[in-house]
Amino acid sequence: MATTETVDVVMPQMGVSVSEGTITKWLKQEGEQVEADEPLLEISTDKVDTEVPSPGSGTLTQIFVQEGATVDVGTKLAVIGGEGADGASSTDDVPEPATAQAAAESAAVSDAAATPPTTDTVEEATPAPAAASETTEPSSTNGKTFVSPVVAKIASEHGVDPSQVQGTGRGGRVTKKDILNFIESGGKTAAPAQPEPQTQAPSAPAPAAKEAPTPAAAPAPSQPGESFEPMTAMRKGIAEHMRGSLDTSAHVTSAIEVDMSRVSAIRAKLKKEYQQSYGVNPTYLIFVARAAAETLREYPWINGEIRGDQIVTRSYINLGFAVELQDGKGLIVPVVKNAETLNLLGMAKAVTDIAQRARDKKLLPDEVQGGTFTITNPGGYGTFHGTPVISQPQAAILGTYAVVKRPWVVQDELGEDVIAVRPIMNLTLTYDHRLVDGALAGRFLRDLREKLETWDESAY
Amino acid sequence: MAELTYLQAISDGLRTEMRRDKRVFVIGEDVGVYGGAFKVTLGFQEEFGHWRVMDAPLAETAIVGACTGAAMMGLRPVAEMQFADFISCAWDHLVTVAAKQRYRAGTPVPITVRLPSGGGFSGGPFHSQNPESSFAHIPGLKCVCPATPEDAKGLLISAIEDPNPVLYFEHKHLYRRIKGEVPEERYTVPLGKARTHREGSDISLITWGAMVYTAEEAAKQLDDDGVSVEIIDLRTVMPWDKTAVLESARKTSKVLVLHEDTRTGGFGAEIAATVAEEAFEDLDAPVRRIAAPDTPVPFSPPLEKAFIPQVEDVTKGLRELAEY
Repeated sequence: MATTETVDVVMPQMGVSVSEGTITKWLKQEGEQVEADEPLLEISTDKVDTEVPSPGSGTLTQIFVQEGATVDVGTKLAVIGGEGADGASSTDDVPEPATAQAAAESAAVSDAAATPPTTDTVEEATPAPAAASETTEPSSTNGKTFVSPVVAKIASEHGVDPSQVQGTGRGGRVTKKDILNFIESGGKTAAPAQPEPQTQAPSAPAPAAKEAPTPAAAPAPSQPGESFEPMTAMRKGIAEHMRGSLDTSAHVTSAIEVDMSRVSAIRAKLKKEYQQSYGVNPTYLIFVARAAAETLREYPWINGEIRGDQIVTRSYINLGFAVELQDGKGLIVPVVKNAETLNLLGMAKAVTDIAQRARDKKLLPDEVQGGTFTITNPGGYGTFHGTPVISQPQAAILGTYAVVKRPWVVQDELGEDVIAVRPIMNLTLTYDHRLVDGALAGRFLRDLREKLETWDESAY
Repeated sequence: MAELTYLQAISDGLRTEMRRDKRVFVIGEDVGVYGGAFKVTLGFQEEFGHWRVMDAPLAETAIVGACTGAAMMGLRPVAEMQFADFISCAWDHLVTVAAKQRYRAGTPVPITVRLPSGGGFSGGPFHSQNPESSFAHIPGLKCVCPATPEDAKGLLISAIEDPNPVLYFEHKHLYRRIKGEVPEERYTVPLGKARTHREGSDISLITWGAMVYTAEEAAKQLDDDGVSVEIIDLRTVMPWDKTAVLESARKTSKVLVLHEDTRTGGFGAEIAATVAEEAFEDLDAPVRRIAAPDTPVPFSPPLEKAFIPQVEDVTKGLRELAEY
């Protein structure tokens, strides 16, 4: 029991919906000796008024939050330090401390009682926007909040502090569902609509409540009802790339309607074999990709690039596929290299493979580079048209949309017009008008439609 | 499609292959005149003759040894162990010779050994075991454990077709209890591919053989608690469908492995370890196992019931995981 160890006293969680408490009375004063479990202070919340037992034994070295102040759950109120302080066992008595740091740590250090401060701790604690306060204090004590691997992962991906999440698992543990619901609801459970609290609390010079995180640029002040999460590196990258692309290319979009009857029939025929023998699905996307690769061979500029004042064309086609990650909160474009060498099955396997590995985060850096043309498929959600943004420095991007049954005018065997029900898919080509003119784009789409409508099984 | 029992589906698969491929023959104790202890090969000797449906002496060593030799000479033998338990006699031939021949000499050994296995009818310690994990541990052997009539036929045909020794564990308790639609034509079910018996989002229950039905009952009960259980029927224990299991584990973040074999060193341990190794970051709870205790299979009905995992054992395990 090292005499240097200290124990933090934090504002306890007094019920699931309580997020703050007011200190009504300190029962011990700075410099006084206190035993573990001895009443230390009295607090008042909107649910209960209660005594808080001391989380450890030792001298009450410092009180940070004075009587009358209202602070958030988890805020450090005082520190007990000095002889006899038994961090490990005594912290267990804190009803439910859970400061931002505690949670950040418990993911990494399970027996974190009174660990000396480390730079890691500081870095982990700061990015969480809602995280309270001080980065210089010793890491607080919390051996209780177990954060499961998947919760830790989701928390770090979304920049969420698990200690802000209401746990419904055993012993109040935060489950995967809890944290997903928390994120989905925009992190609302963190601070359930408190009208006045935060602003008045931090009168003390101490950790008290929230100091707005101060990143490089000064953000607009937070408004009631807003919540914050940091942008992931991926989000920043997407933001930069999208803006940059619109600033670079002259975006124009042309669309064409394709009768997918033939593809649909072939697809139905191949489905079982593909699934049983190869474990892949012959999706509409695969057919479009295969036909696009074939068509691109005849349109080198659409598969090209403007580099300086030169036009680059290629003897190969590297097809990028936009893959959605994290339930729509991220996007990556893995590339199928030399797509012109793949037949339909090869394309199905290649696309399934990269899409899967994209979701599993198992792509090699090399596999998201070198694309010469991109296909994006927002049609899965039923959209029938869109204007995607070109992936720079490519010249065009193909959008595929929902296959929808529509009344369609076709010729019967006598050459008479009749209305038939046909599965129709819209395709869009968004191209860089600096390089590709409307007529060229139109011819490309016409040829692509032709290939899909007259799909020649033996050739693909 | 016809509705067949699990047992009829096995017969149908075997008959289909025997009619199609003259290299396929059957050998085992009482498989000929008597039609097999469980009547899987009833009428086979009349149709295919005694050279293709051979009664063997009570000597499993001889049966598997003969099959191994015949397979090396180009035939496709299907051996029947009267009970899976008796295969221990043939261990040496299977493990030392058949499993390693391809590796040592490059010779394929396309034998299929049918193993009526499992308990639930007071068969006692010699007639109730599920020895799949012992053989799954041996490189060179494949282990198949069908749960449905459709899979029973398709997997048996795949087993016969496969160039390796395949152990086909057919669960006796399913023989006449389970019925299902079975295509009349020949088809195969690939070895090493799991089947999602039931989709769910909260817990993945990985199992095979008769336990698929125990799992299903338990999962239905969990529906009432608002817990959605996904059941993955492994179908083949070796090679096992790691991809499907990991995919499901990553989806639900909670995994329960269930098998009728005893717990220690059971194949569930391999699955649990793999999930922990490869999907650790996606787990929201410890991987759990439910299996039989480490004892011989008891004869007495109440004791056997206590031994084989029951629906209530599984619901309890599922609830604990759900609440974790």
